[in-house]
Amino acid sequence: MQGISKSYGGTQALRDVDFSAKSGEVHAIVGENGAGKSTLVKILSGAIQPDTGQILINGTQTEIDSPQFAHRLGIRAVHQHFSLVPHLTVTENILLGDMPTGKLRWWINWPEAHCRAQEIIEQIGFRDIDVRKPVSRLSVSQQQMVEIAKAVEVKPRILIMDEPSAVLSQEELKRLFALIKQLKEKSILILYISHRLNEVFEITDRVTVLKDGALVGTVRIQETDRGDLIKMMVGRTLDEVFPDRHAGSGAEILTLNGLGMEGSFENISFSVAQGEIVGLYGLIGSGRTEVARCIFGAGQPTSGEIRLNGRVVRPKSPRDALKAGIAMLTEDRIRDGLVLFLSIRDNVSLANFQLMSRLGILNRRRQNSLVRSKVQELRIRPPEMDRLVRTLSGGNQQKVVLAKWLLARAKLLILDEPTRGVDVATKQEIYNIIKGLADSGMGILLISSEMPEILGMSDRALVMREGRLVGEFLRQQATEQNLLACAAGVIEKSGGG
Amino acid sequence: MSADISTTKEKGGGAYFSYLRKRWFPGGAVHGRWVDYAFIGAFVVAIGIGTLATEIFFTEANIRNLSRQIVSNGLISLGMLIVILTGGIDLSVGSIVALGGVLSAGMSDKVGIGPAILIALFFGAVVGWVNGVFVARFKLQPFIVTLATMGIVRGFVFVYTETPLVSKHPDFRILGASSVGPLPVTMIIMLICFALIWFFLNRTPTGRATVAIGGNKEAVWLAGINVQRTIILAYVLSGLFSALAGAILVSRLGIAQPSLGIAYELDAIAACVIGGAILGGGGGGAIGTFCGVLTLGMINNLLNLHGVQSYYQEIIKGAVILLAVLARRKER
Repeated sequence: MQGISKSYGGTQALRDVDFSAKSGEVHAIVGENGAGKSTLVKILSGAIQPDTGQILINGTQTEIDSPQFAHRLGIRAVHQHFSLVPHLTVTENILLGDMPTGKLRWWINWPEAHCRAQEIIEQIGFRDIDVRKPVSRLSVSQQQMVEIAKAVEVKPRILIMDEPSAVLSQEELKRLFALIKQLKEKSILILYISHRLNEVFEITDRVTVLKDGALVGTVRIQETDRGDLIKMMVGRTLDEVFPDRHAGSGAEILTLNGLGMEGSFENISFSVAQGEIVGLYGLIGSGRTEVARCIFGAGQPTSGEIRLNGRVVRPKSPRDALKAGIAMLTEDRIRDGLVLFLSIRDNVSLANFQLMSRLGILNRRRQNSLVRSKVQELRIRPPEMDRLVRTLSGGNQQKVVLAKWLLARAKLLILDEPTRGVDVATKQEIYNIIKGLADSGMGILLISSEMPEILGMSDRALVMREGRLVGEFLRQQATEQNLLACAAGVIEKSGGG
Repeated sequence: MSADISTTKEKGGGAYFSYLRKRWFPGGAVHGRWVDYAFIGAFVVAIGIGTLATEIFFTEANIRNLSRQIVSNGLISLGMLIVILTGGIDLSVGSIVALGGVLSAGMSDKVGIGPAILIALFFGAVVGWVNGVFVARFKLQPFIVTLATMGIVRGFVFVYTETPLVSKHPDFRILGASSVGPLPVTMIIMLICFALIWFFLNRTPTGRATVAIGGNKEAVWLAGINVQRTIILAYVLSGLFSALAGAILVSRLGIAQPSLGIAYELDAIAACVIGGAILGGGGGGAIGTFCGVLTLGMINNLLNLHGVQSYYQEIIKGAVILLAVLARRKER
């Protein structure tokens, strides 16, 4: 790949990236969240097209204009998010579109299909998967293996694995590595994308580092070490977008004592004080969102306790949490933050009806004045309350969600990725708003996978990995190296801080 | 794509259109696209055809007749609309109509007309509540739940009476027969119900939540709203309106057949869809549904006046529904 660039709206996801890899090689691509890894993968697998640049495969220039064409070229991707059909059997999922048929091609030859699927499963070293079972009855790690089996089935030339280890156990990981070695011998090129540097050092031959959409460099794995790699991944000056913070923390608002939820996180203890911004950093799948949802009553913890102003609370639903004074801006505004076909007014009102109604009837004047004040305060553009949220830009949509939670006047505000998919100018506005809220005494738990955001905003930074709290840093101690090393599992620094 | 259309509409020559939209649909329950107001066009076209096609159409007798005919479908459609707004569907309405009908006729001999109707409404609401609990609490598909209660309630109706019931109460037919000026009383009841539901959907927190649930249930739940209770309420209202429709229908016909109301859910769904409701939630309102009910009623009425056989009526109605859905197709 030469000079690949891609931008989404105002944000440049990839900038003039050159990248090359040869067959029979395991090539790692590493970088922070938002460094452009997945964009690169999407371009290579035909899901999106680059704005500029060209792709050469075996020396010939190729335009990969669709996933189908990528398949024909022998490029297969194992995505982080599964593309399996849950209620179909393992066999069907692996052989989808290529089921063996009977003589007249009218019916499916099931015995042969199962047989072939079984062979593939065994070939990748997973004898314990019953190919006759529907995929939905398998464990997550087994599903991951089916996903890999599906990609291997077509004997690809290039196999892209996006975070394949995220859901695997140690034992399964070993088998995955064995499989990768096997594939390597068949001179297949494997692009291995991972946050976990340990794995990168164990399995790959070369590693390419991306940062902020640009190429940092490609090095042979023998010629580098962890420290160097982390330095390559971060090594950036903080942007100037963050407001000054003078933390004056008061009484503790939120305290978690050994909070746990089976299968997603365990033994989480931390606190958030009045007027304090606590950053929670972790890679995707580290359990940070699940912790936040438990505090907000959208998930139920199985152990430990949540204290609000010193009293134990157990929110059974977001409704309970809101009554107790906890608000949460969720990660995915389209999926669970907004009702797209309704107006700004309706969306902002949704969590605040009790403020603007009496005896079950809305007071329109009060509703309008409350919503208008927030629309003006947050400078939502265009400032028309009747505007359908669907027609707003991402930044303004996010402001609408924020306005909803600001009206709720919570004591504790949880912000899960508050600036995802938002342009730089709006980001800065949102940061100023968050700071203003903290200054006014609100406790804020800021969840983000954007390192600069955590470093620039938080008074204290917490790091989660694989469902556990693995680090706590005061503002002065928090550096990109520290946090990333902690999140990637290279060093561990518990408690204290 | 659709966003562009609405933007140009509001910025360009559509200023008056936009003003009207804000004036009449302040809640924004409908999309800002022209097809969202297509029901008004359909309504006008139907009136036009009606006027041109036959001179009997605009006579007082026919209008009174027409308004009587649409009342039951109007009430059922109103309940159906609320359920559709939450992203559901209620197939049990026809059976509840029969339940409301036989109860109000059967009980009127014993307890009087008023209490009999209240009993009918109560049982209609109970069936709706059962629907709502299964849908909201046990998270079952509305289609299946209401399909099951459709059968169960119909069964109970036949258990209650195998033969048509005729109330011996002398005043039984008053409700269906009397009118205030040119307007039948039942029509007035329907209009009041529509006004109330319009107010509910646009001006109450629960109503706004109902509309929002069909768009994004998760967001509404995360906003601290009791989603289960709101959905249950929608089905209760649907049951209530269907039972009321049954009582009114029986009072008009003077006889309560246990087979009353079969396939009424189709007309109700049709009226909602013609009126701009989107199955699965995400659009629709009381005004649109009212126009849908009128349009459908007029189509039936016109075909009757022209002596068109009822089989053809079904064909034409089906085609109109397809057209309405086609116009509201979500663009990708």
